[in-house]
Amino acid sequence: MEKNIAYIALFAALIAALGLVPKLTLAFGVPITAQSLGIMLCGTILGAKRGGLAVLLFLLLVAIGLPLLSGGSGGLGVFVSASAGFLLAWPLAAFITGLIVEKWRSGSLAIVAAIASVVGCVLVMYIFGIIGMAIVLDKTLLQAAGFVTAFIPGDIIKAVIAGLLTSAIAKARPASVLSRPAHNNTV
Amino acid sequence: MISLTSPIETRAHSWSAGLKLAALCLSTLLLFSIDSLIIQITFLSLVITLYALPGLVFMRYGLSKLSILWPFIVVVFAWHWWISELLQGSAIIIRMICAVALANLVTMTTRLSDMIDVVRFLTQPLQRFGLNPRILELAIALVIRMTPVLLSKGECLAMAWRARSTRRSGYKIILPFTLIALDDADHVAEALRARGGLTNLEKN
Repeated sequence: MEKNIAYIALFAALIAALGLVPKLTLAFGVPITAQSLGIMLCGTILGAKRGGLAVLLFLLLVAIGLPLLSGGSGGLGVFVSASAGFLLAWPLAAFITGLIVEKWRSGSLAIVAAIASVVGCVLVMYIFGIIGMAIVLDKTLLQAAGFVTAFIPGDIIKAVIAGLLTSAIAKARPASVLSRPAHNNTV
Repeated sequence: MISLTSPIETRAHSWSAGLKLAALCLSTLLLFSIDSLIIQITFLSLVITLYALPGLVFMRYGLSKLSILWPFIVVVFAWHWWISELLQGSAIIIRMICAVALANLVTMTTRLSDMIDVVRFLTQPLQRFGLNPRILELAIALVIRMTPVLLSKGECLAMAWRARSTRRSGYKIILPFTLIALDDADHVAEALRARGGLTNLEKN
């Protein structure tokens, strides 16, 4: 129980810290905010339930007024802005990512975690994000999708990085990858 | 950890946080059910008046928080200019600005402790499903405490990288950073257990 609370709280803090570090720039000039990488890692490392709860805890802190989102924004306003759909999908995205890593036991963890991140944190998140944007900006789903497609390649790169990081973490701290208990870890 | 609550005391600071949140929900719903541009503009001027009442410093700070909306404003404006329906576009933009500005206003005039009281009130029914509100409060406190700790450790990590390499660290630094967070989580869990654990918290 103590371990669960500590891991959930520390990963919520990790998402916050990743949002406050300056934007990283990949080798070929694609800027990425590390925050959504944090959401992916919550799922791939903590698993479905704990990962989803860590993200939920993080959003709760944002809602009660802490400036923890990328670029120091926060408060209730972000939950009604055009990108609110993405934000509200975060807990579900982490949950689904975690669920896939938990259930798909065969194959290399790096590949499974990357695919799980693409499904959970790209596919599911964009579906919700596009619906939210269509509502706030009063557009059709197709038009809203057009506004955000430019960001999808960057997020897929992030999913691949999340896969590589998860497999490296599983090697360094096998006991800490809660989505896959140590005895049947296939790294 | 600095919260987004405004240090400038307004009359709204002493109002009930629950009432402010309920009023915010109602007005946001109202805002999204009205399409008329004239009513939207009236709403916007009302919101601006609310920002202006506590003084210029408050207003300037509050309006600067709306800068995150610029990309959306530009996209929507360009789109509606292209399909020559600028009036409809303006209504959408004004509605979004009003909704975000009102929500930010509640955040700016409500103390963190009052917000946590609301969270405690709202999560009380969850007790039946096994969620202890005291554990949630402990988790909130842990995040608030550990975020600056992790951040300073991350800065040390970045400095250590710069001392050894001329190239940028990029995403590679996230691996040791996550390991630090995992190790800290183990230490925190051990410390919690050493102090009687969460069963102790449940008894109180």
